[in-house]
Amino acid sequence: MENIFSIIAENIEFIFLLTLMIIVGFEVISNVPAVLHTPLMSGANAIHGVVIVGAIIVMGQAESDDYLALTLGFLAVILGTLNVVGGFVVTDRMLEMFKRKKKN
Amino acid sequence: MSSGILALSYLLGSISFIMGLKMLSHPDTARKGNLYAAMGMTLAIVATIFLYKDSDGNPLGNYAWIFTGLAIGTVLGNYAAKKVAMTAMPQMVSLFNGMGGACAAIISIVEFNHLIHMGKTFSDEPVMALVILAGLVIGTISFTGSMIAFGKLNGNINDKVLPGQQFINIGLMLVIVVLAVVMVGGYSTMDPTLLMYCILGVSVLYGVLFVMPIGGADMPVVISLLNSFTGIAAAFGGFLYDNSVMLTGGILVGSAGTVLTVLMCNAMNRSLVNVIVGSFGGGSTGGPTSASGGTYKEVSLTDAAVLMLYSKKVIIVPGYGLAVAQAQHICHELEKVLDHNGVEVKYAIHPVAGRMPGHMNVLLAEADVSYDKLMDMEEINPEFAHTDVVLVLGANDVVNPAAKSDPNSPIYGMPILDVEDASHVIVNKRSMKPGYAGIENELFFRPKTSMLFGDAKDALTKLVAEIKNMA
Repeated sequence: MENIFSIIAENIEFIFLLTLMIIVGFEVISNVPAVLHTPLMSGANAIHGVVIVGAIIVMGQAESDDYLALTLGFLAVILGTLNVVGGFVVTDRMLEMFKRKKKN
Repeated sequence: MSSGILALSYLLGSISFIMGLKMLSHPDTARKGNLYAAMGMTLAIVATIFLYKDSDGNPLGNYAWIFTGLAIGTVLGNYAAKKVAMTAMPQMVSLFNGMGGACAAIISIVEFNHLIHMGKTFSDEPVMALVILAGLVIGTISFTGSMIAFGKLNGNINDKVLPGQQFINIGLMLVIVVLAVVMVGGYSTMDPTLLMYCILGVSVLYGVLFVMPIGGADMPVVISLLNSFTGIAAAFGGFLYDNSVMLTGGILVGSAGTVLTVLMCNAMNRSLVNVIVGSFGGGSTGGPTSASGGTYKEVSLTDAAVLMLYSKKVIIVPGYGLAVAQAQHICHELEKVLDHNGVEVKYAIHPVAGRMPGHMNVLLAEADVSYDKLMDMEEINPEFAHTDVVLVLGANDVVNPAAKSDPNSPIYGMPILDVEDASHVIVNKRSMKPGYAGIENELFFRPKTSMLFGDAKDALTKLVAEIKNMA
């Protein structure tokens, strides 16, 4: 039991962030018209591409003789970038159409 | 100094994600929101590359690799996203989502190896170990699941249900948990690297089997769910590196994605558990497929043209068939011709028409169809009763009366468009084959209904020509 509490105490900042962000996520989304479900899913998809930051760290910390880490890190950077760039561009393409419509 | 700038960049990045999502929920601000989030992301990436230092104060290296990877990803991602047809948008989102999941899984593998290299065992670092494993498992499931969802939407993979599938899935989940406990608890003398690859393998299999039996009609919900999975996997990565922007972005998407998934389920009047456990559209559930047979009548182009031209009010119900045939422009053309001749035309948009919520709105917006002609289901349903002609374009399950009348139907309880209330229903389909949920639609056999067979674009082009001739 003490163990668990010490883990909580050690990670209290994380637990704060976790709880608050979950609430923010709920609040931000809960009132969305169905029209925007697809672009919104796509936009959220691009945002979790932030995992690219982890990939960059992995890549940047790989020892130059650790070929496994280098290869995997390189692959992770490519995949993460695909997620970010593809995600934002696809979302923008979807929304571009709404925008043009608005002007008319 | 540089660590302060990095922290500030991460803060700005996190704010941009929250504001971006918020703005994405309103039509007027959506595009700007996406742009803000993208700018925040760019800031976080650039700041990480140049300002990140590990706990010993060493900056990152391997810049050549990093920039080459970024360049390849940017070119490919941009190309794919620009090239993809509007109809293929849902599978594209699924594909990109899978990339993110794979990225999270790889990070876990590398960090795992790192830990082993430092001569540590998992039982020394239980929290770290759990986080690494969680990122690995969730990222992998998200990756393989998304790939299967992509294949299904793309038509490469059919629904398959193994006998006792639910038990197999639950069994696989248990295997993952047991392996993880064995590993973290240090209960086995087995090589930890081997154990990790075992967990990876089972996760791959689980992702495949998790999505495999889920029917096509439920795919949007699954993609949204996998989307929030990837968010959670990214958050675990953030915990691993104590990286605030990964944490906020990941948790935000994990939470918002879950809400979105539930909203989509609500739109179909089904529970999430029902979607995951049930095999909606699996085709093997028996169900009322036997209702086939009966007689339907066909309508000629000329008759259809006359019927519509001399109507007061026509409602168009677009579905996936319209999207596949790329018929949105000619559909707008038909609307304009009818409108020009004094016929009131509206579009009835079912919340899950097409393959994703909002799919039809995006497509029709592309063809310059005016916003105010697109009506939501609740808005339009009372109007069918005083409508002369309903033109159903490649939609099927969303107009299936079985959802109301047949408790045995897999789509029973899903709200539908009450097209039956109109005086005439013209259904354009390529053939009498059932729709995506794999069930018969008795609407087609009703006396008020007539069928106009053919590819939507083809049929509409001829219909427009016919109407122009007459008017």
